[in-house]
Amino acid sequence: MDWRARNQAGYWAFLVHRVSGIALALFLPLHFWALGQALEGEARLESFLRWSEQPLVKASEWTIVLLLAAHLAGGLRVLALEFLPWRDWHKGLAALAAAVSIAVGLAFALAL
Amino acid sequence: MSESLRVRVWRGTGDGEYRAYEVPRHASQTVLDVVTHIQRALDPTLAYRFACRVGMCGSCAMTVNGVARWTCRTHVDKAVKGNQLEIGPLRNLPVIRDLVTDMREFFDKWAKARGKFEGGRTRGDDLARVSPDSEDRKLIEAGIECIGCGVCYSACDVVAWNPDYLGPAALNRAWTLVKDERDTAGLERLRAVAGDAGCHACHSHMSCTERCPKGIAPTASIAGLKRAVGRAALRGEL
Amino acid sequence: MKRDANAARQETLLWIAQRASAAVLAVCVLVHLATLIYAVRGGLSAAEILARTHGSTLWLGFYSLFVLAVAVHAPIGLRTVLAEWIGWRGTWRDAFLLGFAMLIAGMGLRAVTAVFA
Repeated sequence: MDWRARNQAGYWAFLVHRVSGIALALFLPLHFWALGQALEGEARLESFLRWSEQPLVKASEWTIVLLLAAHLAGGLRVLALEFLPWRDWHKGLAALAAAVSIAVGLAFALAL
Repeated sequence: MSESLRVRVWRGTGDGEYRAYEVPRHASQTVLDVVTHIQRALDPTLAYRFACRVGMCGSCAMTVNGVARWTCRTHVDKAVKGNQLEIGPLRNLPVIRDLVTDMREFFDKWAKARGKFEGGRTRGDDLARVSPDSEDRKLIEAGIECIGCGVCYSACDVVAWNPDYLGPAALNRAWTLVKDERDTAGLERLRAVAGDAGCHACHSHMSCTERCPKGIAPTASIAGLKRAVGRAALRGEL
Repeated sequence: MKRDANAARQETLLWIAQRASAAVLAVCVLVHLATLIYAVRGGLSAAEILARTHGSTLWLGFYSLFVLAVAVHAPIGLRTVLAEWIGWRGTWRDAFLLGFAMLIAGMGLRAVTAVFA
């Protein structure tokens, strides 16, 4: 398929939603493993947290948070489209989802 | 306006190529005018479909600069890139020749979705009384104007990724029948439209809604089908 | 016909499970994001985190629910991706995804225990 045909809001909303979903699904086992380290005692979790202070890791963490926010926003869009009675403003949901995700990403970046 | 248009037109079958033509540009010219000029004045072997020329039949749907449109209702000024136009057959359908596609699978899927009215009355019975103000009738009105032009089917990514997917037009029509209190197909139609060849494969890209020349929102109809099918499943009826 | 009817029912139930788990996750993720942003201000050490979380039954319950909802939601989502983008359909794909669901649930509940028990 041609990008000229795909270049509309709904397609981008879908793509972000799908790619973020895949990334999150792949990230989760790692996330759970890291937290499970606490079972070995506080020191193991602490040493993992120290490792994760590296800039590259911090950047990846921020990306994951952004992806989570994006996937949530996109998911709320799908739930709205599928369960609410159709209204014309539903076409604007993709843009709204994008805006909210970026806001959350910013909030996390500022908190770091 | 003495400018010329540089028009690339798909020639051949699925295995063809774009060929370039130079077409005089006029004010108030539609893409169908361009195609007609090529066939009449430049190359009589060009195959294309049209009928009414006035945006009622949907026969002239083609891919114009990458986007599925009715060529009789597309002004060159709206679609042209500089002076370039690229015209090809509708996507997601087998190409018979040049700009003509085989619409059989489109209509076969319409039948698979049970997009046919199945009534329970005879001519001996009283007329059904359906209020145009009822919620169901309003939902039907929003989707009933489909003329089967194939633009939505051509625009849909899921149709491209899933060969069994019934597609937006068939599902939209099924929805108008699900909402029709006179129709008797009921659960069988819901079964026909459920599943990953049916409504559940729609991911709300909304390309269909974006491109439909009649302003129909198949995404909304398909969402309605998802809810109806979900309800039937939860009640153990499916 | 019977096989088609079964397939239709199965797909519908998966869709329902996906949307229901999505609704649960919407709440869980909002809480999680808010907590993250709050906790992350000024950096965090393991001692700090664990001091707040250990022994909290409320958080234990909340995050257990979170994990189980993800264990339902993620595999069903991946199922469609595998079918549409890789062309993998059928029983083996579903078996793989069931395994993935067990992995998420298992590792997730282990993590929840580690942090909150």
